[in-house]
Amino acid sequence: MIPAAFEYMVADSADAAIAALAEHGDEAKLLAGGHSLIPLMRFRLAAPAMLVDIGRLDDLSYINDAGDHIAIGAMTKHHVLEASELLATEAPLLSHVAGEVGDPSVRHRGTLGGSLAHGDPASDLPAALLACGGSLVIKGPNGERVLDAPDFFTGFLETALADDEIVTEIRVPKAAGVGWSYQKFNRRAQDWAIVGAAVMLGSDPKVALVNMGSAPMRHGGVESALAGGGGADAASVAGDDVDPPEDLNADAEYRRHLARVLVGRGIAEATA
Amino acid sequence: MSAIGAPLKRREDPKLLSGEAKYVDDIQVPGQLWMGMVRSPMAHAKIESIDTSEAEAHEGVHAVYTGPQLQEMGLWIAPLPCAWPVTDDMVNPPHYPLATDEVHHVGEIVAIVLADSRYGAVDAAELVIVDYEPLEAVASIAAARDGDTMAHSDLDSNKSFHWPLVPDPDALDAAFANATHTIEAEFVQQRLIPAAMEPRGVLAVPSPMGGDVTLYSATQVPHILKVMAAATTGIPESKIRVIAPSVGGGFGAKLNINPDEILAISLANKLGRAVRWTESRTEAAFSTHQGRGQLQKIELAADTDGKLLGCRVHVDADMGAYMMLITPGVPLLGSFLYTGVYDVPAFGFTCDGYFTNLTPTDAYRGAGRPEASYAIERAMDILAAEVGIGPDEIRRRNYLGGGDYFENLEVPSTLVFDSGHYGPNLDKALELAGYEELKAEQARRREAGDSKQLGIGLVTYVEICGLAPSRALGGLNYGAGGWEHATVRLLPTGKAEVVSGSTPHGQGHETTWSQIVGDKLGIPPEDVTVLHSDTAISPLGLDTYGSRSLAVGGVAIAAACDKVVEKAKQIAAHQMEASADDLQFEAGAFTVSGSPDKQMAIQEIAFGAFTAHDLPDGMEPNLQEQVTFDPPNFVFPFGTHVCTVEIDEDTGNVELLSYVAVDDCGTQINPMIVEGQLHGGIVQGVAQALWEEACYDEDGNLTNPSLMDYLVPSPTEVPSMVTDYTVTPSTSNPLGVKGAGEAGTISSAAAVMNAVVDALSPYGIRDMDMPATPQRVWRTINDAKNGGAA
Repeated sequence: MIPAAFEYMVADSADAAIAALAEHGDEAKLLAGGHSLIPLMRFRLAAPAMLVDIGRLDDLSYINDAGDHIAIGAMTKHHVLEASELLATEAPLLSHVAGEVGDPSVRHRGTLGGSLAHGDPASDLPAALLACGGSLVIKGPNGERVLDAPDFFTGFLETALADDEIVTEIRVPKAAGVGWSYQKFNRRAQDWAIVGAAVMLGSDPKVALVNMGSAPMRHGGVESALAGGGGADAASVAGDDVDPPEDLNADAEYRRHLARVLVGRGIAEATA
Repeated sequence: MSAIGAPLKRREDPKLLSGEAKYVDDIQVPGQLWMGMVRSPMAHAKIESIDTSEAEAHEGVHAVYTGPQLQEMGLWIAPLPCAWPVTDDMVNPPHYPLATDEVHHVGEIVAIVLADSRYGAVDAAELVIVDYEPLEAVASIAAARDGDTMAHSDLDSNKSFHWPLVPDPDALDAAFANATHTIEAEFVQQRLIPAAMEPRGVLAVPSPMGGDVTLYSATQVPHILKVMAAATTGIPESKIRVIAPSVGGGFGAKLNINPDEILAISLANKLGRAVRWTESRTEAAFSTHQGRGQLQKIELAADTDGKLLGCRVHVDADMGAYMMLITPGVPLLGSFLYTGVYDVPAFGFTCDGYFTNLTPTDAYRGAGRPEASYAIERAMDILAAEVGIGPDEIRRRNYLGGGDYFENLEVPSTLVFDSGHYGPNLDKALELAGYEELKAEQARRREAGDSKQLGIGLVTYVEICGLAPSRALGGLNYGAGGWEHATVRLLPTGKAEVVSGSTPHGQGHETTWSQIVGDKLGIPPEDVTVLHSDTAISPLGLDTYGSRSLAVGGVAIAAACDKVVEKAKQIAAHQMEASADDLQFEAGAFTVSGSPDKQMAIQEIAFGAFTAHDLPDGMEPNLQEQVTFDPPNFVFPFGTHVCTVEIDEDTGNVELLSYVAVDDCGTQINPMIVEGQLHGGIVQGVAQALWEEACYDEDGNLTNPSLMDYLVPSPTEVPSMVTDYTVTPSTSNPLGVKGAGEAGTISSAAAVMNAVVDALSPYGIRDMDMPATPQRVWRTINDAKNGGAA
């Protein structure tokens, strides 16, 4: 529980952070809320030589109405998402899920950008962003690019971010009035989901699963069945075409079962 | 209003809640060296070689020692102590602070680094290169029993001892031969990680002159630690001072003599430098002892009506890799409780203790008694189903004394229960829980085929606490007595000072003791200062465990107060020129019969005793008395708990809907503290039933050493509990007190599992292992639906 030695610097702008990343390469890690990185360091599973603290970049903490979508600064903390009236109206799924992460202390430190950039398939927010059809603005030495969420999550704790890039903004299409649901199953309220299911209905329904594969994922089979008018029966394929992990809480068979139950409940709640 | 029985707020809390309290880790000493432990990553292996050169060269490192080096330095004269050799032929391999040639569990220390910072010590420990030759590990009780592999290479059996308590074997056989109903059940008491809020830590500070060493330790037992540290290191007892500063919970895990404590004190003594260590949370999971770890088999014999005729129990107990302070005694503490609150004519208990290559086990809240209570209370439900009557009725038919009041009743396990009155306690709990309404709702849901089924769990428990009559402990081969010491002094200013040998680690002793003294001396409780937890201030004591503080230490304080009042009365009689026989003491003042205007406050007498200007001839000055109380018997609290769970059959999730506890701990000094103890105790047992388990793979690796994977429940998971009481004073002490520190844990795991099994009983399920995880519940339901009932 004692991390290895590391150097520490505070970045006073996104560009300064990018410059520091460019200088230190894969020796450096960004420190945002610290709720994914610090535990890894305490177990010495991660030992970055340089921590670049972007926790003070207040200009990356905002929730703005940008016309057809809501623009959220990457450093916006979970509790701010949870309490935002704008988000509750225009992207209620994301606002709700932010309130389901960890416990109040986690939600007062953790940031949306940090959670997404960690790329953990067991985290709530990546699934929420996938179900919302959101995208991420990524900034590097050569400028900005925008990636849709499915293109961002590439593997277990892996994303499309290069060593010298940072997430600056998250964009979520407005979805006022569209049926949605988030079903999280765990043994203690503060824990990661054993399995979770984010459901967004509408003309192009999306269903994303938590902890059912090596990366945060949408479930094409369920989505097709939903789009074809399958209703709650669409949940019956939620255990197919997935590669769930096995741990002390659940083996693969039980996770597949939970996926079917939770997707079914999600569709029912979103439809109600 | 008497101070006894008042729900006073705990005087300890402002300091604890504001961060003012000082724990071991908060105490800083100039020139201190940090220990960094190099721990075995293997459960069983030969140490081929250890290369410390890179670690020694690391910045800030003072020294690196291996086990053989420390042995050569002569830092200890005896292995770490086991104070409870339960049989004369118990096998007890020597256990030194560091392994020398063979490691026996993951986390055993093989080398230590001394460095000038904690980070430096941990970094350097990573640089020590140890070459191991792996040996096959004994990673479960079953494997130990099979005996194909030895947990200690130089032993020819994994069995350490066989301990029988079978008062009348013929009667026991006859009971089973004559029974109409017999049931047999096996239960697993999974290993638990104690996880106190404050991890353990030590700091040993040598005096620059005089050769004394002060050992600060996050311990429940500073007095026992002092004796044992002297016996282990050879440092004279008079040179050792042990201080337990604020201690953040223990639950039994701080009732031990640990390698780190012996290392710190002996190295500080040797080097003349302060030496310290604070365990990390994951380190605690490997290196601090664990609780439970038993396989139980219980058989009950009953007549046509379900009246018990006999109870036969066998326990295979997992000692882990070594015998710690009371490791082998823990299952024996439970042995006397396998007949619970029931009148069982014939009883027999046997226990085999086995070594495994896992972290040692030892006391954990309840220590043997929750296990016993679990077995009999689960078995009673199974018997009720066999007989075809309700869980409440099977209990009622078998209560000791027919459920009526009794006192000083000998039970088949050879103990004498101080007092009991089980019938009204059950009635009160059933009424509070709305038992009949719950059953009706359960029936409605079953009828409707609801996917959320109700389960109702009922438990009536008894426990043994107030450890203990010294002679009784002697009879069990325990290596110490069970008395407790108290000194009460009334200071010249009229305030009182109490020195107690009981050592709090969160219980609220200071508040409770001040209430007893306030009541006895007739002074405000806030005028009472309580001193404790420092062997230089409180040289006599046997510390806090086994729900003993109030029933032994509190009673000693009350008795010392009585002696103070008696001496004060002699002074008052002398100064008021009256006969002592004519004096009454009430509300802190002496009055003379028939002369209501003459009175002396006890504070006034205290000043007089201090000045000593006018004392009776031959009387010593000052108002101070001491008592060492050795209780004549244990105390036996009891109670009834009713737990209701809702099981989501689609996911297997178990939700606690309600928990009703009606406990009887005799006279209560502070009901608010009693309630807090029960809340905590209940949650700890519920946690065993639903969440907690130390999981090991077949190589003996702990697979959930962090609090991310080892699931200690938070308040969110636990419903608001309903607590109420009956009061049946103990006959074992003049205060009539029993003890409440472990009571909640004794009963709650069984209450939850009785509820879980009750919910699933329509599927023909009659038992399930703990913890009842969603996956296990779902799979058990599935298996039952597919034909094979559990």
